[in-house]
Amino acid sequence: MTAATHDVEAGADRPRTLSERILDRWPVKLVVLTLGIAWLVPSLGLLVSSFRTRTEINASGWWTALVKLFELRQWTLGNYEQVLSADGMSNAFLNSLAVAIPATVIPITVAAFAAYAFSWMEFRGRQVLFVIVVGLMVVPLQMALIPLLQIYVDLDLAGTYLAVWLAHTGFGLPLAIYLLRNYIGSLPRSIIESAAIDGASHFATFFRLVVPLSVPAIASFAIFQFLWVWNDLLVALVFLGGTPDVAVVTQRLTELVGSRGQDWHVLTAGAFITMVLPLAVFFSLQRYFVRGLTAGSVKG
Amino acid sequence: MTSAPPPIPDVDAPEPPDHAEDSGSVDLSPGLKERLTGRDWLAVAPLRIAAAVGIPLVGFFLLLLTFTFLRDSDANRLTIVAVALVAGVGGVFALYWGMDFVNNQLPERIAARIRPWIFVGPALSVLALFLVWPTIRTVWLSFLDDDGEAYVGIANYEFAFTDNLMLTAFRNNVIWLIVGTFFTVGLGLLIATLVDKLRRRAETVAKSVIFLPMAISFVGAAVVWSFIYAFRPEGRPQIGLLNAIWTALGGSPIAWLQQEPWNNLLLIVVLVWLQTGFTMVILSAAIKGVPDDILEAARIDGASEIQVFWRVVIPTIQSTIVVVTTTMIILILKVFDIVWVMTSGDFGTEVIASQMIRQAFRFFDNGKGAAIAVILLLAVIPVMVLNIRRFREEEALR
Repeated sequence: MTAATHDVEAGADRPRTLSERILDRWPVKLVVLTLGIAWLVPSLGLLVSSFRTRTEINASGWWTALVKLFELRQWTLGNYEQVLSADGMSNAFLNSLAVAIPATVIPITVAAFAAYAFSWMEFRGRQVLFVIVVGLMVVPLQMALIPLLQIYVDLDLAGTYLAVWLAHTGFGLPLAIYLLRNYIGSLPRSIIESAAIDGASHFATFFRLVVPLSVPAIASFAIFQFLWVWNDLLVALVFLGGTPDVAVVTQRLTELVGSRGQDWHVLTAGAFITMVLPLAVFFSLQRYFVRGLTAGSVKG
Repeated sequence: MTSAPPPIPDVDAPEPPDHAEDSGSVDLSPGLKERLTGRDWLAVAPLRIAAAVGIPLVGFFLLLLTFTFLRDSDANRLTIVAVALVAGVGGVFALYWGMDFVNNQLPERIAARIRPWIFVGPALSVLALFLVWPTIRTVWLSFLDDDGEAYVGIANYEFAFTDNLMLTAFRNNVIWLIVGTFFTVGLGLLIATLVDKLRRRAETVAKSVIFLPMAISFVGAAVVWSFIYAFRPEGRPQIGLLNAIWTALGGSPIAWLQQEPWNNLLLIVVLVWLQTGFTMVILSAAIKGVPDDILEAARIDGASEIQVFWRVVIPTIQSTIVVVTTTMIILILKVFDIVWVMTSGDFGTEVIASQMIRQAFRFFDNGKGAAIAVILLLAVIPVMVLNIRRFREEEALR
């Protein structure tokens, strides 16, 4: 924004030649370019290696493959085949979906109702309770792991999806309530009031008016929570650990690092599989994603 | 939580909802105007509790029933998810609706007082069960022995502050905090400032590239960087980028992740790679929010770009820098996955959070694990206080 305005203003003084414009900001461009390359290279190495045959990977660095890009013999899809079937990554992928989708949707539903109440309903202790919710946002979830696992063991829930859904619901709620309340609380008062004048109950106002209006905020949080759950290792390790057939992608990848630490053809393909979905979400919904992160900078 | 861009397109800031009874505004809950008799109170209190606990309880059993049924019937995963979604979301939503419906059958003067608890109660119950109660229980467990039976006083804390591995973990966490925070915030600020000077298109591309790792899990990133640090004995081709560069410069290959204590810095690099995008995005938004006329005024007065940055931009975005820094501090205090995957805490790289998991869930010593968790909580409390205070200030401005 600002950069563009300066351009226009500088141009108004004196028309500048193309070479001047390029030279003008070259130190800045150089630094940004260097950093950008430094940031891309690690992912690039992973991506390239995941398509190279095992022998190739072990014989030379991945960067050499870029020089002989069109030597098709060095490329293969075999790594993915192996990691998806023999190393159980496809199973883990389904497990991750099974964990992440409900663990995203349930907290949003519960939080939306609470956020509405905190914004538009009157009850004693509203302020105090909300301050407590804000405080809970930073409680390390490590504080909850031991007692929750004990309950889960007693209820025979350890190692089930349900255990993980509920845990993520609890851990995600404070942030969800905080974000949604900020949004729902900033809806124009007149809209809510006119609904009340028309005789709409709170429930109807919430369902017909507030939820549709809050879609952007709900989407932001949904993406944020989904990625958080998908990328989580800690909660899965504690509540799903020890039950291989329900292991999620992050767990499976961690196990592969342990058992096949030097088999880079498996590890690179496996790592890329864990990233595919988050990256797709990132590319398609970047705007919402950024919003969610910006708003959710503190998470317990 | 940030003073940086609100998550939301700006809507005219409403009055604080507190003043609903102010003259002139419409009363959203007419029932509240009627006075309650003593007998009514006896009904209201238990009904409120029922509203708060009822939905989560019924919802839980609903989920449990469908879930166990599906598991026992060997349904495939996607069916479980689909049914869980219908039961979980549809069911939960139906529960709220049903509660509200039942409540509406009561006289309005009572119903109006119970209704908020139907909306907010379930969330509070879940928070109480999944965060508040476990926290209290963990504090209690930290004074008990490994299986939570005998009271051992502060023995677990003594362990935490004297054990060799724990001391290493503390040292490492301090390194993580200082180096990690400095570089994530510093680089984020640098990049945010620099891309602001580029043209719009270049800026968007540069930001996307730096931000990209944010979508990747810590585990995935750990694998990415393990590959870069990969080590082969001398004479074999080096496939790790770092060793390839190192040997090309004439060095002999190094097992980077085993070099105490420098390996900690190599692990921190992973965090910086992952999180700089986050600090950059937020700081960039704040920098764009610095009013143009202040910048112009400073430039007209002859300030150099560097002076503008330190004397105008930095003071203006100070509060955002504080937010970003505290966020990083909390995140780094709890750093776990990177260490767990890349070195398993060997070679002097253990951190507090990984020690906690190891003690509690590998050595099954709940007492020690709990004590370490409590130490983490204590470290976070100043940030929590800061959070609440800032929230109060924001509320006062609303």
